[in-house]
Amino acid sequence: MKRLMSGNNAIGEAAVLAGCTCYFGYPITPQNELPEYMAQRLAAVPDGVFIQAESELAAINMVLGASVAGARAMTSSSSPGISLKQEGISFLAAQELPAVIVNMMRGGPGLGNISPAQSDYFQATRGGGHGDYKIIVLAPASVQELADITALAFDLADMYRTPVMILGDGMLGQMMEPVTFHARKKERHLARADYVLTGAKGRPARLVKSLILDPKEEEDHNWKLVRKYQRIEQQEVRYETFLLDDAAMAVLAYGTAARIARGAIKRLREEGLKIGMIRPITLWPFPNKIIQNTAKHLQDFFVFEMSTGQMVEDVKLALEGKARVHFYGRPGGVVPTPVELSRIISRHYYQSQKRKK
Amino acid sequence: MKNVYARPHSLKNVLNHYCPGCGHSIIHRLIAEVLDELDLREKAICVPPAGCAVLAYDYIDIDMVEAPHGRGAAVATGVKRVLPDKLVFSYQGDGDLAAIGTAETFHAANRGEQITIFFVNNAVYGMTGGQMAPTSLLGQKTTTSPAGRHPGREGYPIRVCEVLAQLGAPAYLERVAVNKPAAIRVAKKAIARAFQYQMKKSGFSLVEILSPCPTNWKLNPVESCAWIDDVMSKTFPLGVIKETKC
Repeated sequence: MKRLMSGNNAIGEAAVLAGCTCYFGYPITPQNELPEYMAQRLAAVPDGVFIQAESELAAINMVLGASVAGARAMTSSSSPGISLKQEGISFLAAQELPAVIVNMMRGGPGLGNISPAQSDYFQATRGGGHGDYKIIVLAPASVQELADITALAFDLADMYRTPVMILGDGMLGQMMEPVTFHARKKERHLARADYVLTGAKGRPARLVKSLILDPKEEEDHNWKLVRKYQRIEQQEVRYETFLLDDAAMAVLAYGTAARIARGAIKRLREEGLKIGMIRPITLWPFPNKIIQNTAKHLQDFFVFEMSTGQMVEDVKLALEGKARVHFYGRPGGVVPTPVELSRIISRHYYQSQKRKK
Repeated sequence: MKNVYARPHSLKNVLNHYCPGCGHSIIHRLIAEVLDELDLREKAICVPPAGCAVLAYDYIDIDMVEAPHGRGAAVATGVKRVLPDKLVFSYQGDGDLAAIGTAETFHAANRGEQITIFFVNNAVYGMTGGQMAPTSLLGQKTTTSPAGRHPGREGYPIRVCEVLAQLGAPAYLERVAVNKPAAIRVAKKAIARAFQYQMKKSGFSLVEILSPCPTNWKLNPVESCAWIDDVMSKTFPLGVIKETKC
């Protein structure tokens, strides 16, 4: 059955259906609908826990506590609040604890504004907090995908014992679209996992820590995390392509920017311009291979972001100089129309066609 | 033959790393004794702090999860809400609890979380080398208050129990010391009472423990124990600060 829901509410419903029993958060626009939804929804769930924390710092550390006690736990915020959560995310990564963190990005830096932006790509995809680590970053582009990816996020978090971030923006969180919640098979029972703390009954005491004073041991721990990240890079890359087969130029965009790009590409296709798109769904791990394979057929990549240019660096890293990279960005919470974007893309398209001749 | 004294079952048979005359090893032992006596070892989950006592898990033989500096009360909240029938306690120093973790402590107390906090007050930052703590006394010289703590410059020592006593929710707040045998017996009783409050779901409990730090006080262990009686407890009076029905 389809339901008309806002993105923020859809995340909440999908989380509860995925077995999330604990939500901890602190109000910040544009994601307030999610804690509000969870306050009501978790009250109806057996063992449901909702706390409006005193700060983002407290919220992420409550997630840490709930996670180590064996529950599926989440928190959500928007850009400035996510900065505060980075301390806890670093500890979750070091202690290899699953958690789901939602970031409905807004314009920044600083307090910025409350309009949709993609300003936190670097922070999200480079770990975000202190230390040598990565987290899985998922970038949905519709309310349906928000719901699907929320369920996936909890599974990935448990499977790899890692924090997972859902990276959306104010637009995705607040717009309403029809959404279907798919029936899910029973979750893996975390309470039986061998690290979960329940009191040392009938087994040796367990310790979940990140303090490793011996440099050699810390190094071993760092490399152990890297091996996990390599497994994730091999197995969890997700992306979508659109009209790529005969394209002479590939647009790269994610989330809300990808929706705008899709509209722009449709218009340009009607005018006969051969333009396609690669939409990364996982921002880390980044879909390098499809970009490299596409570079065998075409020479022009056009990156569009609602920022001053962050993902564009990953595209350049993937291409290793083997193709031209064009960029258009609108930071600060400005959301361009497909018409505006189509004009920019077409200018770059014709310039590159001329260059080829 | 009757066994009158032995290592508590909950305490590991290892040497500890604490400085001579430090109070942590006494407090660890008291907690271990109470866990044994109340048969709570298998239900216990501890959140050790950032600070000297981060290595509490090397000594107390129970489940533990490290918290970021100051966030002990938030982590303990998360654990306890998921496992309401377990015994969940944090072990925190004065910098951890009353400086960087003030908000987490204050609000966990104000929500009436069913957790216990052991707040070890030694009036300095121990592990980092003796800097001024929020509980450093007026006039106390530390590496970051070399002229002595001055109220016009560094403010006053924070009386955590008295501050928390103003809140509605906390159920049991007591200040004890571990500087002499009689005081240690009182401290042990307070630890046991705090656990009883929690297991009866009677509300938030915190035991503040005045504890010697000879290394950073630049006193010998005997002088340090005397300093708690002669100086420190004048600012931090011992006794039950708040108790509701258990």
